[in-house]
Amino acid sequence: MAKTIQEINEKIKKGKAVVVTAEEIIGIVEQKGAAQAAKEVDVVTTGTFGPMCSSGAYLNFGHTRPKLKAGGGTATLNNVPAYTGWAAVDLYLGATAMPDDDPRNKIHPGEFAYGGGHVINDLVAGKDVRLQVEAYGTDCYPRKHLDTWINIKDLNEAVLFNSRNAYQNYNVAVNLSDKTIYTYLGTLKPKLGNANYCSAGQLSPLLNDPYYKTLGIGTRIWLGGGIGYIVWQGTQHNPHAPRGKSGVPKRGAGTLALIGDLKQMGPDWLKGVSLIGYGPSMAVGIGIPIPILNEEIVKYTAVKDEDIVAAVVDYSDAYPNAKADVLAEVNYAQLKSGSIELKGKQVPTSGLSSYKKALQIAEDLKTQIKQGEFLLTEKVADLPAGESAPRFKPLKERPVKEGK
Amino acid sequence: MSAKKIVLTFPKDKIDKPIVYKLIKEFDLSFNILKASITPDQEGHMVLELDGDKAEIDKAIKHLKDEGVNVEFLSKEIKVNWDKCTQCGACVSICPTEALYIKDRQTMEVAFDPEKCIACELCIRPCPPRAIEVHF
Ligand code: SF4
Ligand code: SF4
Repeated sequence: MAKTIQEINEKIKKGKAVVVTAEEIIGIVEQKGAAQAAKEVDVVTTGTFGPMCSSGAYLNFGHTRPKLKAGGGTATLNNVPAYTGWAAVDLYLGATAMPDDDPRNKIHPGEFAYGGGHVINDLVAGKDVRLQVEAYGTDCYPRKHLDTWINIKDLNEAVLFNSRNAYQNYNVAVNLSDKTIYTYLGTLKPKLGNANYCSAGQLSPLLNDPYYKTLGIGTRIWLGGGIGYIVWQGTQHNPHAPRGKSGVPKRGAGTLALIGDLKQMGPDWLKGVSLIGYGPSMAVGIGIPIPILNEEIVKYTAVKDEDIVAAVVDYSDAYPNAKADVLAEVNYAQLKSGSIELKGKQVPTSGLSSYKKALQIAEDLKTQIKQGEFLLTEKVADLPAGESAPRFKPLKERPVKEGK
Repeated sequence: MSAKKIVLTFPKDKIDKPIVYKLIKEFDLSFNILKASITPDQEGHMVLELDGDKAEIDKAIKHLKDEGVNVEFLSKEIKVNWDKCTQCGACVSICPTEALYIKDRQTMEVAFDPEKCIACELCIRPCPPRAIEVHF
């Protein structure tokens, strides 16, 4: 018997919904079979926590007296530049922004001690943040300088808005060269010294709904410790990636664009991170509930680490030079065991995504749903899937000839 | 009583001598070998934790130096700030001594064993939230 989201919500309101995590559902489906599991379980909760560079926040800091228009000028938050190309007092701060005077990789590998992700973390933690604006002045917005402390509680709006999060699967990075390299997937020791992965595997939201059947635009989610929504497919959304067992993509595939009220979120779930030699970023916590509408959906959520395959890619050559070479395919059970075999060598593995935090998120979302505090939503539109979905493509460069 | 961590570097020609053995015999010390890499015809390295009377430790160190062994103190202490740590595991494949390790492969919880740490500091900068601290 198929269920509807309304029926599940009625159960949630009465405190009678059966909610389990994406880890727990594996054993339930194994023991009782998919048909019975689909009858008994109403919601499966997923989670992920890892660095997600395409994240940021927009803020409206309120009008000054006399008025000032940041648009066309410059603005910094704790010395980190924010984007001003909007109306008077709106700013967008990206997670990878860094101070103009940060030495970057001048002394390689750079430290990147403080950037946009750290500012967002400070804001969410309730710390005062220094806002400096230089404007050019107009008749209606005459003021030219602003230097003040701001606090999230005084802002009109503070909204987390991430254009690409929750990647459905990801590369495993290794280094075939003979020197250490520093990447967004961490420090990679020479000659296959280690292998770094970045996915919550069996707990990861999009791996539990591989064809985006239940989640879509409008879905209410757990975001940064507060409430958020899926607003669109994320940039680089690519449902055409090769798929394996049960339709689980074997490469980076779907992505999500997310939004939510930063004021409700928590500093433990939006963490500024410094990726040595690469740049600052932000680790973001996301949890998505999957309504168990039928047997097909529960089968998807029973996906386990052994069934999820990822591509091992050389980040000293293939990745930077955009070559399609894949060294090997490994599954997340192997990755989480502590080492994988590559070219006859045992290579130690590390995650960049925290499985422990992902589990905490899935548990927290489960508790909220069980207690009737979190209701599910019907999606209002599908994410692109199937043949008609746009394909992710590289840039076609058209060199510019000077003097033309 | 006191405890000290020391790093010993043995020159090639001293490797086959029972220098460390003498530490127990002649001085009233107990010790823990935290790390040793000694291969014939090469320099050898050993990280020891010495436990015993302060005066005895000093005498033992003098003895090692007289034997031509280079002695350095590990005065640095590495600590993980668990409030900052996000349990990502990035440090685990960086740490050469498994002082940072996965305690439970079910939950992928990361733990730190200070006994095994040789304060090489390799883990400090690769930690994304910079949760690993050096204390002097
Ligand atoms: S200082 Fe070196 S030995 Fe100690 S935990 Fe860090 S990497 Fe491991
Ligand atoms: S790299 Fe840092 S944050 Fe990650 S597990 Fe190690 S100490 Fe914790």
